[in-house]
Amino acid sequence: MEGKTLYTVTIFSENTVGVLNQITTIFTRRQLNIETLSVSPSALAGIHKFTITVFAESDEVMKKLVRQIDKRIDVLKAYFNVDDELIHQELALYKLATDKVLEHGSIEYLIRKYNIRVLEVTNDCVVFLKAGHYAETQGLFDELAEKIGVLQFIRSGRIAITKSRVERLSDMLAEREEKRKQALTNN
Amino acid sequence: MSNQTKENISGSEALIRSLLAEGVDTMFGYPGGAIMPVFDALYDYKNDIRHILVRHEQGAVHAAQGYARVSRKTGVALVTSGPGATNAITGITDAMMDSTPLVVISGQVVSGLLGTDAFQEADVIGITQPITKWAYQVRRAEEIPWAVSRAFYIARSGRPGPVVLDITKDAQINKFDYSYSKTTFLRSYLPFPEPEMENIRAAAELINQAERPFALVGQGVILGNAEQELLAFLEKGGIPFGSTILGLSAIPTDHPLNTGMLGMHGNIAPNMNTNACDVLIAIGMRFDDRVTGNLKTYARQAKIIHFDIDLAEMDKNVKTTVKVLGDAKATLPLVTELIGKRDHSAWLETFNQYRKREFDCVIKAELYPENGGELKMGEVINKVSEATGHKAICVTDVGQHQMMATRYFKSTLPRSMVTSGGLGTMGFGLPAGIGAKYGAPDRTVCIFVGDGGFQMSIQELGTILEYQVDVKIILLNNNYLGMVRQWQELFFDERYSETHLKNPDFVKVAEAYGIRGRKVTDRSELDGAIREMLEHRGPYLLEAVVETKGMVYPMVPAGGSVTDILIGNGNKI
Repeated sequence: MEGKTLYTVTIFSENTVGVLNQITTIFTRRQLNIETLSVSPSALAGIHKFTITVFAESDEVMKKLVRQIDKRIDVLKAYFNVDDELIHQELALYKLATDKVLEHGSIEYLIRKYNIRVLEVTNDCVVFLKAGHYAETQGLFDELAEKIGVLQFIRSGRIAITKSRVERLSDMLAEREEKRKQALTNN
Repeated sequence: MSNQTKENISGSEALIRSLLAEGVDTMFGYPGGAIMPVFDALYDYKNDIRHILVRHEQGAVHAAQGYARVSRKTGVALVTSGPGATNAITGITDAMMDSTPLVVISGQVVSGLLGTDAFQEADVIGITQPITKWAYQVRRAEEIPWAVSRAFYIARSGRPGPVVLDITKDAQINKFDYSYSKTTFLRSYLPFPEPEMENIRAAAELINQAERPFALVGQGVILGNAEQELLAFLEKGGIPFGSTILGLSAIPTDHPLNTGMLGMHGNIAPNMNTNACDVLIAIGMRFDDRVTGNLKTYARQAKIIHFDIDLAEMDKNVKTTVKVLGDAKATLPLVTELIGKRDHSAWLETFNQYRKREFDCVIKAELYPENGGELKMGEVINKVSEATGHKAICVTDVGQHQMMATRYFKSTLPRSMVTSGGLGTMGFGLPAGIGAKYGAPDRTVCIFVGDGGFQMSIQELGTILEYQVDVKIILLNNNYLGMVRQWQELFFDERYSETHLKNPDFVKVAEAYGIRGRKVTDRSELDGAIREMLEHRGPYLLEAVVETKGMVYPMVPAGGSVTDILIGNGNKI
């Protein structure tokens, strides 16, 4: 993606039906292609967390995108970061033919070099797991493909945690709960 | 607030009771298979809630929009599943673009059939999520009060907008223990951001330093019921202003600080001076491309202050110096308090100079043409406006007549202009006018339509017939899709591709619906016909046959600069 930066968008939402659709249409309208997407329950009960990566031209583009996402009723909070501000990780699984692995000889070098975890070995296949940045999981893929051959390969979406601050969603929710109580007493 | 006594009733009855709890007394709709239980329940509540049976679901939504726009209430439309819901889409999109509070209720197939391509099934939530503020599918009767209460809270709070509730037929039929409580808070939604004093002070400081301040007034002021607060602000600061099309009637047309309409067919003065002011103050408007023209040459010399309730509008199209987030009703008085009393009369005089030029080169010929020629749109609109004492509600369709009406129909009262601004929906006028009459029954409602747009919702004459809705329809007939014809003349080498219309005898059509009508081609008959229309009790169609080659000027061509203004005959300002 020439001239573009990879951004990570983090979104907290209520766990209601169709939130993903609401979010993705905003990307579509702004002509932004989602690179990776990961959704899971957050640390707070009933709240889901979306981690989405996307190439974009500038912070300005991202600011507009995030504000439009944040505007959706079911979205609690949306923000974006660049890689420098994040600890991020992807997972990759690699399936190789057992006979090809044995043929290749010592696999120990690769296991040490890439810090591979071996998940399964059967007569037919061997399954490796590698966690890391995109370049690392891709590096292993390239080397395995060249030297042994990869039967199947899958990579997860990115998950990320910000370096600079703790996740303040619980504070934000507490603040809003306070507002709700005020609203009730005002009525 | 909450009603503690519980009664075992059907989902349909619960829906009606919930609507009543939200203060709904009027709604617009059309029955069909998947919404029949609700219509059946309505039969028992005829005296509590008035249902207007339209002739097409698009009309139901536009009528609800017209109702909401003039009455400050939330419009309600009731339609069936599948085609009923998809026919409502245009109106829902229109309401989204123009921030109109609506609750649209659609029937849906029974929950067991969802996703099976059942008869009259459509993925209404999937279709409407991108064009609504919120869309929710109700699959259990128990959810109905909760969903209705959220729907109304969301539709009318903050920046208003349409909400869709898609209710499965089994949820309408099943019984449950009903109780209702209003929604006043959602943790994921803060509709009224608190004013930030730092930005209020920064805005006031810029305004106090300004020598040539200029304000842009948008519909946010009207939606926030902040007309008085705006007036106090502008008058204290001596700040001239221009209105967006949807901001019209927030302040009377003839107020000395009102310099007219902004944008493509707006007035010369506010457009030219947008690029001459030193501080531009945008209030409840969103810098639409029809207002700004080319952004690269738009108000580059000015510091820009943006008042808006919607953070997503800040810096979206135009980069601003100071952002004042919040409800205009709350933020404007805070700024007014901090600004000094000023009189920018020399600056105001520059607007008057442009106003005179515009009168001489455009307005005079449009409003006061010499005898003998064909009728002009502008003169008809001006005469109707005068005959109503500038007190009527002006509803328009979309096209040349719309631009003429927004230019020449004057207002002295708030909420007097109902027009499709953002989406530009032909077919809007007639049903929106019907809704407006229900929303403001004591006011005269004048619906201006063209011959094209009239025929896009002409079936609503049936609604007018059935309920004898007292609307005055002024059909400005040039036998062309006039605005497209205008663009063909100016930008497509006069190649008039598919814009001529062979039209029916509209007066006879009206007569068939029992609506009195009159066709006017001659100038000498115009005043009498307008008088007859306004004096007639009940609906009336006045067909004015206007010149086929009429053009709307001034015009900022699409993508042009706001100072790059065509005034006709190949001339520029």
